[in-house]
Amino acid sequence: MSFASTQFLAFLAALFLLYYAIPRRHQWKLLLAGSLFFYWFAGWWCLIYIGVTALTTYAAARKVEDMAQAQDAWFQVHRPELSKEERKDWKARAKSARFRWVLACLLVNFGILAVVKYTNFVVGNLNAALSAFGGGQLPGFSIVLPMGISFYTFQSMGYLFDVYRKKCPAERNLGKFALFVTFFPQLIQGPISRFGDLSATLYAEHSWNTRQIAMGVERVIWGLAKKLIIADRLAIPLRALVADPDRYQGVYVLAVIFLYAIQLYADFTGGIDITIGVAQMLGVKVAENFQRPFFSKNVAEYWRRWHITMGTWFRDYLFYPMSVSKPILDLHQKCRNRFGPFGKRISVHVCSLILWFATGIWHGASWNFIVWGMLNGVVIIISEECEPLYTRFHARFPRLKGSRGWDLVQVLRTFWLMGAIRVLDVYRDVPLTFRQLGSVVAGFRPQVLWDGSFLELGISLGDWLVAAVGALSLLACSLLGRREPVRERLLRHSPHLAWGGCLLLILCILIFGVYGIGFDASQFIYNQF
Amino acid sequence: MKKHIWTAVFWCALGVTALVLLNALFMPKYMSDIPEGALIAEYYREEAGHDVVFIGDCEVYENFSPDLLWREYGIPSYIRGSAQQLIWQSYYLMEETLKYETPKVMVFNVLSMKYGEPQSEAYNRLNLDGMRLSRQKLAAVRASMTEEESFLSYLFPLLRYHTRWNELSGEDVSYLFHRDIVSDSGYLMNVEVRPAENVPQGKPLPSYEFAPVCWDYLDKMADLCQSRGVQLVLIKAPSLYPWWYDQWEEQIEDYAAQKGLPYLNFLEYTDELGLDFSADTYDSGLHLNLYGAEKLSRWFGAWLTEQGLVEDRRGQEPYTGIWNEKSAAYAARKERLEAEWRRENPAK
Amino acid sequence: MEDLLSILRELHPDIDFETCTTLIDDQILDSIDIVTLVAEIGSTFDVEVPAEELTPENFNSAKSLWEMIQRLDEA
Repeated sequence: MSFASTQFLAFLAALFLLYYAIPRRHQWKLLLAGSLFFYWFAGWWCLIYIGVTALTTYAAARKVEDMAQAQDAWFQVHRPELSKEERKDWKARAKSARFRWVLACLLVNFGILAVVKYTNFVVGNLNAALSAFGGGQLPGFSIVLPMGISFYTFQSMGYLFDVYRKKCPAERNLGKFALFVTFFPQLIQGPISRFGDLSATLYAEHSWNTRQIAMGVERVIWGLAKKLIIADRLAIPLRALVADPDRYQGVYVLAVIFLYAIQLYADFTGGIDITIGVAQMLGVKVAENFQRPFFSKNVAEYWRRWHITMGTWFRDYLFYPMSVSKPILDLHQKCRNRFGPFGKRISVHVCSLILWFATGIWHGASWNFIVWGMLNGVVIIISEECEPLYTRFHARFPRLKGSRGWDLVQVLRTFWLMGAIRVLDVYRDVPLTFRQLGSVVAGFRPQVLWDGSFLELGISLGDWLVAAVGALSLLACSLLGRREPVRERLLRHSPHLAWGGCLLLILCILIFGVYGIGFDASQFIYNQF
Repeated sequence: MKKHIWTAVFWCALGVTALVLLNALFMPKYMSDIPEGALIAEYYREEAGHDVVFIGDCEVYENFSPDLLWREYGIPSYIRGSAQQLIWQSYYLMEETLKYETPKVMVFNVLSMKYGEPQSEAYNRLNLDGMRLSRQKLAAVRASMTEEESFLSYLFPLLRYHTRWNELSGEDVSYLFHRDIVSDSGYLMNVEVRPAENVPQGKPLPSYEFAPVCWDYLDKMADLCQSRGVQLVLIKAPSLYPWWYDQWEEQIEDYAAQKGLPYLNFLEYTDELGLDFSADTYDSGLHLNLYGAEKLSRWFGAWLTEQGLVEDRRGQEPYTGIWNEKSAAYAARKERLEAEWRRENPAK
Repeated sequence: MEDLLSILRELHPDIDFETCTTLIDDQILDSIDIVTLVAEIGSTFDVEVPAEELTPENFNSAKSLWEMIQRLDEA
């Protein structure tokens, strides 16, 4: 069930009404039933995968917590008898005993993820290597990816780490834990929630709160508008541009960078708006996943503001543990002694590259995602290493730093740089992407921007105007909502403004949304993509 | 709290009003273009009942002239025809018509027996959008939908026609709440002349069996008419194309004989009708023009009268008043169309 | 404590670490600074800082960092 479908809206409406009609202590059970139904709708076999993850994680977390409690009890009693060294040693051993359970559970769950997501990628690469040496071919497998597997696996493993690190208690009720893993609004595209953040409102009893519910509904409408009016409309010319890369070079590639940035932003943040809005309607607070990312002044900042829950997951559960692990610290020690100030940062850079490799491959099992991830890492490392240059530059032009003009330059630079890297994910082919990016310089023909060529990409001038007005509205709302979300502001001024805004938005979705038969014609033409 | 509720009520009412208006605005109007789309809805504006109701596809609404049936035989009649009307659509239209009136005769054109499954979204829309909301309409929609269509969009046509925002015109505004009459009692007049030449023989088909679902609906029609005391008359209009196969003819003849229904295949009566396919068709034999339609209607009116199925209602009210007006409109339309045709084709 | 401050100053010479208590909240230290810091702390004070200690509360000020180091050293 896609969020932008009548099925989903009907499902949500029914669930919503039931939710506030039944006794409150049963609300979480209804959410679990609804989530399982939602998942079952995508294919009953998906329930097996998510069931294995939920069960193994539930059991491992309980085991780890039980062990920790026993260890703590023993330690309280015997602490005075032990020397400082013995205490340290004992703690390390206790920890590693617990970690064995964590590791087993990690292996099972990442193993499942690896098999369903990466088998064919590995087989494909092996075959390429084999054929280079004249060898035979391995067969591919047709594995259908269970819905949201990357998201729920990460969320569950994050929980397990948190229990292991004593950041949160283990959930002892299997049903409640299953709800944490399967909570339907975030199944399709995240965010990746932390147990500590989500559990408080997820299991609580919620009475009817008009204001919260209204805010939730508004956010859902806003998300639908982003998706249906902007993202799905721009997807049509993007498909055309990507379907014939030889024809659409030069300025067209700049257009792909620009349009894809807007399309992806509208689609992804729109989806997250729906997720957060739906949860809010049910009284559940889901963490924000974006913070106006296109206003970032550098790549590192961009990644703190785009897909935030994924970024922090990788930071807390991969980057930090890896950076403080023994081998990396040893490496740090060695490089520091040998290469001086730069050497101090080598180990960090190594970890960064591994982090970005993982981030890349998490996004998809293909080389374009890996190269995309590594490029992000390389850009961040370069800008890190160029820090002294910037400092000198700003010492020379002290007025520049902090001025609005310079901020704008930095924002635009980051937007286009990230956009250029991101098109790897549009063309889905590494050499092709670089050829296309190269053509921007080589075959620059700006006249296609105004000679009507863009009207032959599957949408009309009117559609371009709608998309432009929509994108500018997003920009305006982002700027206006810096301190306080626009809808809060409207509501504060007058409830009539909020109601009017909602009605207007609904009518705009109904009229300008890309849905239904009228649009299938263009879909059909470009469905080779 | 009370204030909040009133605010909500106010905005919900405004929203509903806006939706109703938008639905009306985005609905195609079928006034200057594709008048076929306006046919089905026109029926609801009829003021008096009819003795004969024709049901079927273009082979009825292009080939019969109710005005002539009135003028020459005093038969009040109406054509509930629409483009490529499928047999289940015909059946539900029949059922719906019987909610409004009980005619003496219902005439069904059997060409649509050849279509055993939904054909095209566009024709579905032309045939179904005009129906008033009713059990019959919903059943017809369910029976007709192609895979890509959504049921909801028949209840809220805005969901289907929202993409027209790009092509809205003055016509959409001026016909927001009313329509002009495009037909003469369901007959879509055409006075152009394009002779039929070299009509190709039908290509052999893999199977000449009509689909079971079509037989089911034909049975239902027969049963419905019988239960309501209406004489069902099966016809095949004298259109040369689409090809009417002998194998089909046999099946229909057998069926009619078995059910005791009159069946007239006008393709076999062309000489008797006096049809001249070099002058009486406007599109080389697919459809008759006005002159052909009047010839066919003259013969059929005589047949209806001879069979004793109808009576001459000339002089009876309210028929006379209504039909005098209709005849005037018919004559005016004929004159206007003939003048247009002559202006565009001076040689002819 | 003085050793810790000199490590911090080497990372960001322009910050007054003795008074600042919002090193993380104001994004003065980013994740790369944090892991560099942990590595330096490890080699200077001979304590292992496990990943779960990398929290905003521990890294927001030099004082809280110092407390963390002592706590870890005590075990």
